Formats: sequence, C-alpha cells, structure tokens
Amino acid sequence: MHSNEFIQFFDGGVEPKLENLGGKGASLVTMTSAGMPVPPGFVVTTAQFDRFMQEAGITGHINQLLAGLDPEDVAQVDAVSAAIREDICSRPVPADMRTQTIEAYEDLMSRFDAPVPVAVRSSATAEDLPDASFAGQQDTYLWLEGFAAVGEHIRSCWASLYTSRAIIYRLKNKIPDEGLSMAVVVQKMVNAKVSGVAMTLDPANGDRSKITIDASYGVGEMVVSGQVTPDNIVLDKVTLVSVSEHVGDKHAELVPDASARGLVEREVDAERRSRRCLTDDELKAVAQMAKRAEKHYKCPQDIEWALDRDLPDGENLLLLQSRPETVHSTKKSAAPAATPGTGGYASVLGAGIPSTKAPDTPENSASGNPDSGNPASGTSGFSLGSITASLTKASI
Amino acid sequence: MSMKSFPKPSELPVPAGAEGWEKIYPYYLVFQDKLKEQEDAKFWFCDSQHWPTVFKPFETIGGEFAVKCLGQYNARHLMIPNANGIEFRVHLGYLYMSPIPVPEDQIAARVPEFEQRVGHYFQNWEELLKQWHVKVRGTIDEMETLSFKKLPDMVPMDDITTGKAMDGSEVLLENYDRLIQLAYQNWQYHFEFLNLGYIAYLDFFNFCKEVFPNVPDQSIATMVQGVDMELFRPDDELKHLAKLAVELGLQSAFANTDDVDATLASVRASAGGERWIARYEEAKDPWFNFTVGNGFYGHDKYWNEHQEIPLGYIADYIRRLDEGQNIMRPVAELVAEKERIVEEYRDLLEGENQTVFDAKRQLAATAYPYVENHNFYIEHWTMGVFWRKIRELSRMMHAEGFWTEPEDLLYLNRNEVRDALFDLVTGWGVGAEPIGPTYWPEEIERRRGIVNALKTARPAPALNTPPEIITEPFTRMLWGITTEQVQQWLGAGEEVEGGGLRGMAASPGVVEGYARVIHDSDQLAEVQQGEILVATVTAPSWGPIFGKIKATVTDIGGMMSHAAIVCREYGLPAVTGTGSGSTTIKTGQRLRVDGTKGTVQILDAEAEPAVAGPGAHSHSHV
Repeated sequence: MHSNEFIQFFDGGVEPKLENLGGKGASLVTMTSAGMPVPPGFVVTTAQFDRFMQEAGITGHINQLLAGLDPEDVAQVDAVSAAIREDICSRPVPADMRTQTIEAYEDLMSRFDAPVPVAVRSSATAEDLPDASFAGQQDTYLWLEGFAAVGEHIRSCWASLYTSRAIIYRLKNKIPDEGLSMAVVVQKMVNAKVSGVAMTLDPANGDRSKITIDASYGVGEMVVSGQVTPDNIVLDKVTLVSVSEHVGDKHAELVPDASARGLVEREVDAERRSRRCLTDDELKAVAQMAKRAEKHYKCPQDIEWALDRDLPDGENLLLLQSRPETVHSTKKSAAPAATPGTGGYASVLGAGIPSTKAPDTPENSASGNPDSGNPASGTSGFSLGSITASLTKASI
Repeated sequence: MSMKSFPKPSELPVPAGAEGWEKIYPYYLVFQDKLKEQEDAKFWFCDSQHWPTVFKPFETIGGEFAVKCLGQYNARHLMIPNANGIEFRVHLGYLYMSPIPVPEDQIAARVPEFEQRVGHYFQNWEELLKQWHVKVRGTIDEMETLSFKKLPDMVPMDDITTGKAMDGSEVLLENYDRLIQLAYQNWQYHFEFLNLGYIAYLDFFNFCKEVFPNVPDQSIATMVQGVDMELFRPDDELKHLAKLAVELGLQSAFANTDDVDATLASVRASAGGERWIARYEEAKDPWFNFTVGNGFYGHDKYWNEHQEIPLGYIADYIRRLDEGQNIMRPVAELVAEKERIVEEYRDLLEGENQTVFDAKRQLAATAYPYVENHNFYIEHWTMGVFWRKIRELSRMMHAEGFWTEPEDLLYLNRNEVRDALFDLVTGWGVGAEPIGPTYWPEEIERRRGIVNALKTARPAPALNTPPEIITEPFTRMLWGITTEQVQQWLGAGEEVEGGGLRGMAASPGVVEGYARVIHDSDQLAEVQQGEILVATVTAPSWGPIFGKIKATVTDIGGMMSHAAIVCREYGLPAVTGTGSGSTTIKTGQRLRVDGTKGTVQILDAEAEPAVAGPGAHSHSHV
C-alpha cells in the first residue's frame, strides 16, 4: 500500500514533514531515503491523531478538564490525566483510518517470510520538545506481535501526551494544548545481539575528530537508560583507529523470549562480560554509519544502532535513530581553539624577522613572503613562533 | 611510582674473552674512569636501531660521523633553543647516546638565532635542497675517482722526465685522507635538512594534537608522508624488471639467480634479452647502490656488488607475477587515501584553524619527505661507495701481507689505518719490509676474539637512571625513546593482556601468523610467504621481503623508524620498539600482532616452535 495522509511508510517516497511525522518519524523517513539501513516500518501520522481526537470527541472533553486546572494540585492533575488517557485508550478510532493502519501493518508483515514482532514508539512534534530529555517521557513498546497489541499501543503512545508530568509541564510553561499532536512509529523489531549508541564527537570535550561508541549485549534500551555499564570505545573519526577503549561490565541483556512473547532480562556470563562485545569490523561499521548520518544532517549526531541476530554478518548493522547531538553542538566551535603564531617570541615570519631575511631575489622573495600567497610554494605562511613553541613544549 | 634504574656501565658483565675490549676503540669513545661520577649521572640509551651489532674498530666511523653531525646542526647551525646534540660512547661494542639539553637560562637567547636560521631554510627550501643534491652527488663522484693501487716497483720513467719528483705514495695517503674527508662531508650534508624535516613535522604534530586531542600519531604521519618516495625506488625498479621479464617471456633464465653471470648470459641469449639487459643496466645506476644492511657496517652487502640479491628478488617477483599476484604498490589508492585523510581532518576545523592547518601541513609535507629520501643518497649510495673503496684498500694491504683475511682492515680504527699506510709506503720507499705484516696479523686475531666475544651479549637498552620525563624532541621522534617506553623497558609499564610485548603502534592493523626471527640480513632468504618478520631492526632495503610478510615486530624504533615507514607504505601492521622481541620470540611461534595498539602476543608460548630453518615449506599458512 502507499503512503497517504494517515500512514507514511519509511520507504514510501513522500517527503517527510516534521508536523506530520514528529521528530523520530521524520528522521526515520529521512534516513531511509538517504539509503541508511533502517529497519522497515511506517508512521501513524499526526493527522490520524488529530482526526481521532476530534471525531471521538476527546478534544472537547480535554478542554473542559484542563480549564482552570492547578498544576500544583497533584491529585487533581492525576485524576485529569487518568480520565484523558482512559478516553484515548477506549474511544473508537474512525473505521476507515483504523482499516488503513491494519493494512499498513499487514503490508509490513508481508515483507517477511513469517510475521515479525514490531516496536511502537511515540514521535512527538518539535514544539512539544523543549529539550531532549523531555523526549524520554514519551513511550516505546517493544516486541509486539499481532495488530491487536499494535493498535493498543498506538493508543498508549497517543495517551502518553497526557501523563501527569506532561500536563504539569505544559501548564507551568504556558504551552497551549492547541496544535498538540503525536505521531507513532511502527517498526520491525530488531533482534539485537548487540546494540548501543554512538556520537560523532567526544562528549568529554566536544572534540569533533572522534566517534564515541557505547555498546552492550541485547536490545539497546539498557544502554540508553543506563541500566548496564556498556563498552565504551573512542575512535578517530577520519581513520577509524581506536583511540581509547574501556570494556564495561555489561552484566545483563534484554533478549527476546518466545515463551514470554516479549523481552526478558538475562544475566551475561563472565566470559562475555569480560570481552568487548563488538568485533573490530563491527566497530568500524558502526562508526562509518555514524559518519554517514553526520554527513547527511550536517551536524554532530547521536545515533542508536543495533546488530540484528537474524541478518548475515556485514548486513546486520541497523540504524534505529539519529538525532542532533545537543550538548556540544550548540557551542560555537567544538574543537579546542589552537594558538597559532603565539609562541611568545616572534610572530609570523616576515613580521617577526624583517631584518634577517636572505638577500631578496625575485625568486625567493616571491615564495618566501607569506602574504604573497604563492600557491605553488609548499613553505609559505608558516609561523616561526609556533615552531619555536612546538619545540620547547614540555612534552609532545 | 618509584623510578627504577638501568645498570651502570661498570655493572654490565664483560663477556668471557672480551677482556681489554676498551683498547680496541679510540680513547674518546669509551667511558673514562676519571669521569665515572659525571658519566654515571647521565642517562644513556642504546641506539641498536642503527647499530644493532658490535662495532669492529673501523666501523665506529659511521656512528661518530652521524651522531656528531646530527649534534652540530642542533648546537651550532640551527641553535635549537632547547636541545644541543647527543653525546655518545661505545660500551661493550654497542653505541650509547645521551642527549644534551640547553641550560634553562640560555634558551631564550637562542630563540632569535634559531628563528632566523630555520626561517631562512624554510623560506628557501627548494633552492637549498637543489643545491644539496648537487653537493652530495659531487662528493660521491669524487669518491668514485679515488683508488688504492699497489705501488710500482719503480717510479715510471715519465715521472723522471717530467721532473715530478714524487713517488706516488702521497697519492695513496691523500686518497685515504680524502676518502675519510668525503665521508665526513656527506655526513654533514646528511643532517643539513634532516633536523629541519623533523622540526616541521613536530610543528604540525603538536598543532594536530592540540586541535584533535589524542589524534593517533599514524594519522599525522600519513598526512605529511610522501607516497612515492625515492626510498622505494630500488624495489620498484626490480618490480618493473620482473614485469618486463614476464612480458618478454624470459622466466626460464631466472632459474638459478645465485649464478649471476650465467643468469645474465642466459637472458642475453634469449629473444628480447638485450632489451631487458639495457633496462637492467639503466636501473643499476644509481638504484643498485643499495644495501641489505643499513650502511653502517663493513660487512653490509650492496646490490651492485652482489647482484645475486636483486636477481633473486626479481626471480621471486617473476614467480608471483606468474601466479597472478599484483606486485606493485597500490600508489593511486595510497594517494587517494592520503588525500581523503587530509581533507577530512581539515573539514573538522573552522576559520583560522583551517588556515593554520594548511600552512603547517604544507610546510611539513614539503620538509618531511627529505627525512625519507635522504637515506638513499647517504646511507646507501655514499656509504656503498665508501665501503667499496675501503675494501679495495683492505685487499691491497692484504696482498702486501698486512693481514690474513682480505677485509681485516676493519679491525683497525681509522687512524691506525693511516699509520699502517705510512708503514707500508715507508717500507716500500726505502726498499725494506714494512712492520705491519709482523705486527697486525696477531693483533687482529686478538681483536677478532674480543669482537666475537662481545657479540655473545646483547646490549642493555639503556644505562643509569632515566630522567623522570623525557622531553627532548629529537630523542622522542627519532628513537621513540619516551617516558612510557623507558618505563616499559624497566618492566614498569602496563601489562599486555595474556602476556606479551608492548611497543609502539607504528602501523595499524591486527594479524596472526608465524614468527620468523631474523638477526642478520643474510638470513632474509629464510623468510616465507605469510610469516611475521621479527628483527632487532629492519632496513628499508628489505623492501621485497615486505611484499611477502604479514607484519613486522622490531626491538627498537619509533613512529618514524624505517620499519614503521615501510610498513605503513605496504599496509602491514608493525609494532616497533618492543625492546626484546627478537630475543623473546622464537621462529615458528604463533603471534598476534596488533599494530593499532602496539602489542604482540605469543599465542603458543609453551608450544615448541612448529618449524625452524630455511626452506621449511610445511607450514604454508596464509
């Protein structure tokens, strides 16, 4: 089936719009069209949310409930939140829209030999995301099988817009509920043997010549939420050579369990804990993917990735998410400022030693003067002060 | 961490049979009893990178000229603000060095001099380097004209009629003196640009470390290194000759390259053979002025005098071509990769930093290739001619009965050779027997015994107490002598997981394979396809070997040692400066070499070496 107003496939070829798809959904569509290895899926657009809220009569009800609500009255906020979420989870979705979502789900399933589990994630629009941490309030549901579960959790994502915390946040910050919307991502669940995050800079100092990778066994939620100590590897961004490595404890992993029809947490044995969970080749592949994402978005990225157990080596690395790195990339220049030409002695050649230049001949005066900018000369424009400083530094 | 110490010179045991070794070297080269206190207070590291085996007395000439001339450029030409030259001593046959710092209070005063002098060179680099080539070639050409002919029974009649009034012995003496002077001259030239090349490199290096914290040293090296450097030219010539031989269908002529005359005759007799021979002769001059050693020993073999060596390499390349292998270095790929690396680092910078990056990289990329290319002109070409002339002299004096073996001159130091020459011309001049044939054979036997006894012991990596931190830039760059390296030698460094050796991560990559330990360039023929070369030090002229091996491990050398440069060029992992790789590792042991981390693990340390010795094809592991 094709993408339309209510459903947009990652690979549907429709230009992603943030207001239709939310941040996460738009990013997945963009990454897919950039040729990045994103697990397939579709977005339940904000239009679907809007129409549901309108036609099911929830919007009106919400306006009543929120009118005059005191954000300090926690009990009252909790009651309002519960009521709204009950509405969202129980009132009927317009039939034509529901049919389209079912068809989209079946279309996704038809791409595999047998039905596969999916993840359902909320994808809020940017206006509702004053900072990155707020994204954590929205929901992710893993390892869902069959449309009944999927449909139910799409509603849960919608409902997550009205948790007590979210309501209080908007009230306190005077963010109006008009225009508030939510897209939902339905995506093939990755059967992750190893997963983690990667940043296209060194978060320790903002150095953009590095790629930092956190990796642990199983599905990545434990890394993202900080429940395990992952392996931490810093690579040089240009040559992908490892600059530093710390093998983390990785004491537990989230893995799919057929009998539980979901994910179970399992202890990792001592041998697997003590070694790095990525091979050199896998490490390189993760770094290369992070570089591609950064190049595509033209700013430092923070990506989530996974190695899928079901796919062959070399094709098993998947990109789950890519978003701008928010801590350092907001600063003007990430690289530490160098101190050119300030060795404390002479300054730039020519200015520093005007009286000691070799007798000027047409040849050497042309190539020796840094200001002449002779592009053929390999030695113009150097700084003696900096050379002196380099030599006399305490250590290299 | 408490600072451990290396042994004092006096604490090292003298190998049995080497007693009295001090007297075979000039007085100024050995530690002095009267200076014991001062000398023991200094830290000396052994340069087994350039001088891996015991000096015969004459051979100290290379060490003396090289280290003296290195020092003069720091201390007298360029006035490096914080570094004078390097003091050196021969102890138990090995060369030990101690960098001389500039006193703190003199550093500032040297800065303007330094900047003026260095500035002049960097401004006029191309012009001055052009001159350098002319000067160096001039020295070599003059050296070639020198000869040491047997003196005639009588002065030629012509010299009587022209009233020349000299007997020709003065030519022998002059030629000897001139040969020594010319070697000294080219060693001075050797360092004219070398220190500058390192200075430019260091400037770019420090800038990179500042803007890209922890950037791997390898990345910086890659950005300034030449891809198509003259050091690789001799090997490339052999590859082209192998290709031509295959094109012309001359393979069968290379069946037994140990017989040089028969091989060349067989080529000549084949269709197209003349064309190949013409190409071969063209390659020989100058590219066969190339040694399998490093130019510092009288026993070093040079290709042009041992053509079985290059012909053997050619035969090996022919075999590989016939097997469908690609023997050429991937120059285009290497250039493209270098450009990518430069571009990507550059793109990480903004504004002013990008301009500074360009200027510093360009300077380093202009100046640094000298560091790689000079080697052919001095160590290989100049010293090749030098040793050839010395052998000519030695054989002439051998014929006069001065010694029992043709090359025994090497057991005299260079000033004793001057004495022996005067002894020879005096005896000849007066019509009597010289004294040398009575004196030298016995003395040389005694010295031979001492040198052989000294060879039974490996040198200590260093002597006395190291400074807390090693800051001298050239020591760090040229020899890889860093604080961490010294700690590692002292056994205080970080342990390698699973036991093993730690060295410098000189060329990236990880491989496993079987070790081939080489102590002498004569053993090179033992190296089998796919083995890991383990050596005290490698010479760049081992080029053809690098096409066979999987990785290299050396005892000494830094990021910029020849092994490191060649391995990066060939895309092989290398760990340099392990201190004891060649003595710890046995041929046939399985190794894991991690050139990215700088570690070497012996994977079957308990197991007996699987195979040893040349021609053992039973372990054709690829």
